[in-house]
Parts: sequence; C-alpha cells; structure tokens
Amino acid sequence: MLIPCALWLAVAGCKPQTPAQVATGDAAAKVYVAPGKYDEFYNFVSGGFNGQMTVYGIPSGRLFKTIPVFSTFPENGYGYSEESKPMLNTSHGFIPWDDLHHPALSTTNGEHDGRWAFGNANNTPRVARIDLKTFTTAEIIELPNSGGNHSSPFITENTEYVVAGTRFSVPVGDNADVPISSYKKNFRGTISFIKVDPSSGRLSINFQLVTPAVDFDLARAGKGPSHGWFFFSCYNTERAYTLLEVNATQKDKDFIMAVNWKKAEEYIAQGQGKKVKARYAHNVMDEKTHMATSEILNEVLELDPVQLKDVVYFIPCPKSPHGCDTDPTGEYIVASGKLAALIPVFSFTKIQQAIAAKDFEGDFAGIPVIKYESALYGEVKKPGLGPLHTEFDDKGNAYTSFFVSSEIVKWNVKSLEVLDRVPTYYSIGHLCVPGGPTRKPHGKYVIAYNKITKDRYLPTGPELTQSAQLYSIDGDKMQLLLDFPTVGEPHYAEAIPASLVMPNSTKIYRIEENQHPYAAKGEKEAKVERKGNEIHIYMTAIRSHLTPDNIEGVRVGDDVYFHVTNLEQDWDVPHGLAVKGAANAEILIMPGETQTLKWKPLTSGVFPFYCTDFCSALHQEMQGYIRVSPAGSNVPLKFSTGKVEPETTTGK
Amino acid sequence: MHKNSRIILAISALALVVTIFVPLWRILMWAPQYPESLSLQIWIDNITGDLRTINALNHYIGMKQIQVSMFPEFAFLKYLVLILTVVGLAGPVFNSRRMVLGWMLLLVLAGAGALVDFYRWGYDYGHNLDPSAPIKVPGMAYQPPILGTKQLLNFTAFSGPDVGGWIFVAVGAITAILLVWEFRFRKI
Repeated sequence: MLIPCALWLAVAGCKPQTPAQVATGDAAAKVYVAPGKYDEFYNFVSGGFNGQMTVYGIPSGRLFKTIPVFSTFPENGYGYSEESKPMLNTSHGFIPWDDLHHPALSTTNGEHDGRWAFGNANNTPRVARIDLKTFTTAEIIELPNSGGNHSSPFITENTEYVVAGTRFSVPVGDNADVPISSYKKNFRGTISFIKVDPSSGRLSINFQLVTPAVDFDLARAGKGPSHGWFFFSCYNTERAYTLLEVNATQKDKDFIMAVNWKKAEEYIAQGQGKKVKARYAHNVMDEKTHMATSEILNEVLELDPVQLKDVVYFIPCPKSPHGCDTDPTGEYIVASGKLAALIPVFSFTKIQQAIAAKDFEGDFAGIPVIKYESALYGEVKKPGLGPLHTEFDDKGNAYTSFFVSSEIVKWNVKSLEVLDRVPTYYSIGHLCVPGGPTRKPHGKYVIAYNKITKDRYLPTGPELTQSAQLYSIDGDKMQLLLDFPTVGEPHYAEAIPASLVMPNSTKIYRIEENQHPYAAKGEKEAKVERKGNEIHIYMTAIRSHLTPDNIEGVRVGDDVYFHVTNLEQDWDVPHGLAVKGAANAEILIMPGETQTLKWKPLTSGVFPFYCTDFCSALHQEMQGYIRVSPAGSNVPLKFSTGKVEPETTTGK
Repeated sequence: MHKNSRIILAISALALVVTIFVPLWRILMWAPQYPESLSLQIWIDNITGDLRTINALNHYIGMKQIQVSMFPEFAFLKYLVLILTVVGLAGPVFNSRRMVLGWMLLLVLAGAGALVDFYRWGYDYGHNLDPSAPIKVPGMAYQPPILGTKQLLNFTAFSGPDVGGWIFVAVGAITAILLVWEFRFRKI
C-alpha cells in the first residue's frame, strides 16, 4: 500500500508545472486594454502558409486585420478583382498562394520609421512591400535564380536595401536542366540586394551575389559601426542534395557569411559584375488608378565574390546555424546553431581585425574562411536545447528562443551570463521584442510564436490553433502574461509603437484623385457600354443604392465587367458587390476607390446583385437585377436606377 | 466722449470686417456612428464642412441637399457688414454718443435679423421633407437648434457662434459697456 503511494507522489512531484501555475496574479491587469482604449504596439505577424500578414495589438493580443500579400483573399477580392490580379503574377504565371515567413519593418538610422513592412514569399521567391498608411500590398518583386526565399527579407539600417537569400541553391544561368548530382558543379546560392527608393519605396534588384552552393537560412544587417555589412547563417556546407536530415548535419561547423555590401557597391561603380539574362515579374499597385500592373524584367546584375575579393567571408559556426542576429550596438553577432549546445557571439571589431591580418584557416570554394577563435567574442555556455532566434532589449540583454527545450532564455550580451529562463507552450520558433531588431529596442515585452499548442485551447479536431504568448520583460524575471491564438502559422513578427503608424493611417481615397479609367465619379457618370462581347458597367455605390440597378441587354457569352466606384468620402464606409453565379469572389470597395468584378454569365435569366458590406440602415435594400438573354438575342442594352416602367404583362 | 472710448469704438467697428474672412456660425453633430462629430461652418457667403456626408445621411429622412444656392443671403451679407462698419465709424469720428447708440441698435437688429433668418431656413430645412423618403417618423421634424443642443434621432446637434459670431458678440458687448459708461458715469 505504501509503495504505490510513494510512487504516485514521486511521479506527481516530478511532473512539470502546469501552465495555470505559471501565470501569476497581476497578469490580467497588465494585458487589459479597456474598451475604447488603444493598444500600445502594432504587431505585424507573418501568416506562414496562409501567405498573408496579420496585425495584432499588444499587449491585448487582439487581431485587427489580415493584410493579403501572397495569397488570394476572397474576403476583400484581392487576387480576384481585375485590379489586383496582376499583383500575383510571376514568371510562372498567376500564382494564388505562397508561404510568408518574415516581416521586416522599414528603418531610418536603424530605428523603426513606420513607413513600410516587407515580407517574403518562400515558395515562389518574391518580396512584397506593404504600405503602412493603407495596410495594403503596394508592390511585389520576384527573385530570379532563387529557390526557397527563406533568408529574406532583411533590411539595412536606412532601408537602402531589402536583402533576400536563397534557402535552396539552384542551377543558375541559362542551363538549368542538369543532373541533381551535379550540385557542387552547377548549383549556386544567390543573395539579392533589392534597392528601395527612399521616397516612393519602389523596389529594383540592384545586384545578385552568386555564392558557392549552400543553404542560406536567416540574416541581419549590421548597424552603427557595422553598417555596410550583412551577416547570413548558412547550413548544408556538406553540400548534400539528398536526405539533408543526415547528410547536411555531419560537419561540426557550418558558416556565418559576412558580406561587405559597400565594397560590392564600389565594384559596381567601377563597372564590375556581369549582366545576365533572368526572367522575373515586378508588380506595382497604383494608388491613383487603384490598379496593379505587372511587368516581366529580363536582366539582373551578377557579382562573383570569388573573383571580386573582399566582399564575402565565411566564419565557422557550430552545427547548422539558424538565427543570425546583430545586437542594437552593431558590435555583436549572435548565431544560433540549432543543434549546438552553446551560442557563439561574434565581434564585429574582431572580424575586421582578422580580415586585416588575413587570419584565415583556409577557403571554402574560393571564399576565405576566418578562424573561429579570431572572430569569436565568447560563447554562452549551456543555454538550453535547440537555440533558434535572438532579440534584444534596451538594457543590453538578449532573449533567445529554444525549440527543443521549449523556452526563452534571457542572457547578458556583454557578460554572456544566463540571467533567467521561462517555459513556452510549446516549442517556440521565432520571438519578438518591440523594436528588438533595431538600434532602439523598446523592451517591455517579448512575444513567443509557438509551433505546438496541444492542450492550451479547446480542441478543434486534428488541426489546432497556432498561438503566441506574451511575456513581460520589465523586471529581472520574465513573466507570462497572455496566450493568444494566431491565424496561419506565424514565423517571425515585428512590433512597433502605435504612435509611429496610427497618425498616418489613411481614412479614405479622395475621389477627385481617382484616375481609374472606368471610374464613375458621380451618379451622372454611371453607364453601361458594349464593346463587342464585353459589357462595361460604370457603377456607383453610395448609401444605400447602386447605380444603375436595373440592367438589360446582356447576352450569354458576354464578359461582364462591374466597375464599381464607391462615392462615399466618409471613414469606415466600404461597399461590396457580389453577383449570383460569379466564379470568383466579392469585391470590397473603399471610399473613393474603383474595383472591378468580372462575370461571365453561362445561362440566360435575371441575376441579382447586392452590396455585401453592411454599410447602412438600408443596406439590405442596396440591390439590383441584371438580365441576361440568350446569345444572339436583340434585347436592347438599357440601364436605370429608380425608373419604374409601366407594368409589362407579356412574358418576354 | 473720452478719447479712449472713441479709439475702442473705431477698432470695434473695424473688427467687423474680420467676420467676412472667418466662419460665423457652426453646427456640430454627434451620433453613435460619428463619435468624432460632423461639422458645418457657416461663413458670410459660404457653407463648408462635412456637407457631402451630411447630405448623404439626410437623404434617408428626405431633407434637402444643403447647397450654397439655398442661401440667397450670401450674395449681399458682406455688403451689410461693410455698411455696418462704416456706420459704426461715424460715432467715434464725429464724437457723437447718439450715433453710437444708433449703431448699437442697428447691431442688435442685425443680429436678431440673422437669427430670425437662420430660424426660417432651419424651419424649412427641418420640416419640408420629401414625402418619398425611406425613413418617416410620424410627427418628427429635424429643425436644427438655433443655439445650444438638441437630439434629432440618432444625432445630437449643437449650434453656436464660430469665430465671426463671437466677434459680433464681443463688439456688441464692448459698445454696450462703453455706452453705459459714457452716459451714466461721465459728465459732459
């Protein structure tokens, strides 16, 4: 009798603390944002495999918006409206989906400026720019010679460049039809340096660095003293092309790649580099015409760092490094070998001294490899299992996520001492401190983005919600404050003080500035035109009617374009449009905007259409009919609103 | 009159010219859907503010579209102000308390006239509704308040002087005080 009791006690005593025991008394008050009050931070969270970016408030964890970026979004017509379809064009044609892993917020002097967010498409390599005035995707540029655009997008101190590195090395150039086994010979990695126009934000690929074949994982720009340099983690220096799980984890050390991009710019200024053929799409949304255009570009400038010396160096780094993060001072580079039992911290000053002294241990495919000890500032000993990513606070501390041991570990960058650790529920990936990757972190919170939720929420079948966890980092000890569910599968996220974004938020588009070719800027301009088998309806929407709302003379076989202009000039009054049988989605039209829904009627009949956004007290009256006659019919084209005709008693 | 009285009266009369360039009156409206409020500014020859939104909302209850052409007064109001200014200068220039008294009466008349005119417009605007309007509330009229606040369906409307209106009030008050002082406390 005693033995089972003792056993039971021993098991109960060993069992880890349950989550309920971890959250402490005042947590609720710290995350409570009273009704009508605003959150302190915007949190821009990647949607992972949903291809979008989502916006949350911190500390409440409330979801405000999904910004459609790389995936179609029937909820507002993104990728379905004629205006937005070109945004998802690529050299492979229209692609309705991608995988967005990393948001990056624009900076000036290394500090958040609240102008743009950038995001990467992992699968069909692209980088998007999101305008933080309108919270819409303004531009998407495709990346040629890339596969698995994971090491992307990371930005330089003044947003001079958005940088994107390939995860997969791929055959580059004209001859891509090569045996997979010719990996070492024919495959290359590329790092794209995308220039950002400082006033318009326009993107263009300034150059691509062509590197030896490895897998690039993550990256960070230097800042302050290390501005002008970029640091990338790379794994698979074994150069395996099959069963990477085993074949790419054999070496004791892989690399951090240090890139002197100012030096690369000098070479370009001297006319170095080679223009090569490439095919990639560049898509831009025009805020005045409310239409996107897609252009296919044919050339990219390649730089070969084996020939052009002093641009690229490798630094050995233990066991398949994942995160590669520079601290706010720009002096320390923290690399997380995801299979390593320690965290190496490199010193920018020591790296420079080693390069000057040519303190190399040899070369890797023609690129000099700096000696590990010569670049190393020190190692954080026994921090945890499976270090992934590091963010920083404003007091000289670092916060590293540990996937395997499922925890956040706080340590001091200078002393390399571990100061505190908290469990996460469960298996944290990325983490986010507001301003954490900038020169001016705001501290206060760290947010964990977890991969597994298991018993944290009410179960919803085999697929469970993803989740984030908010911790306070004000005091010496980290404190769990809140769990909140997230959509898609969040990877990285950034948080920015609301005061940098909120004052610039667009309320309406000015109708006087609407340059859409099919805009009807008043009900007098509403009309229907036939051009061959195309029907163009210049429709207006204003509370609570659509003009025209009776249309006849359309025939089976016609392409019908509903060009709807929202005449409202009042905040928070969108209108929507849906047509019975339309094989796409609704369109949502913001005040002053024009959007187009294309509809190809397959049968004759009378089809209803209506406003889909509950706009007003008489929203349910905001409806109309369109009559479709058989092909070849001679029913005249006519349209009206509010016109009551003498009752027609005959059927036809 | 005392020299200072004459200077102050002259400045007061000239100050009326300012009312040609600033809004005279304002109407503010709050509703659950408009916590930030909608506003109208009435100028000497114009009406500005959230006209487009207010017109869009008022069509539900059949109110007319507010347009500048609704106000024929806009054509001559500024000349009335200029006449008032010239007449106002006569008292201090000719050093005549009676003239100032006359001007004071004229000011009061002008102010009362403006309010009566505003009331008449408001009455028509609030009562003369389109019989085919979507929303009809039996017995409900939507006349805006002349001064102060009033509940109109989901809107709380406020009406009161804007900068120009306050200048009129201030000129009237200063003139009245000076008149009392000149007549009661000063021996000629």
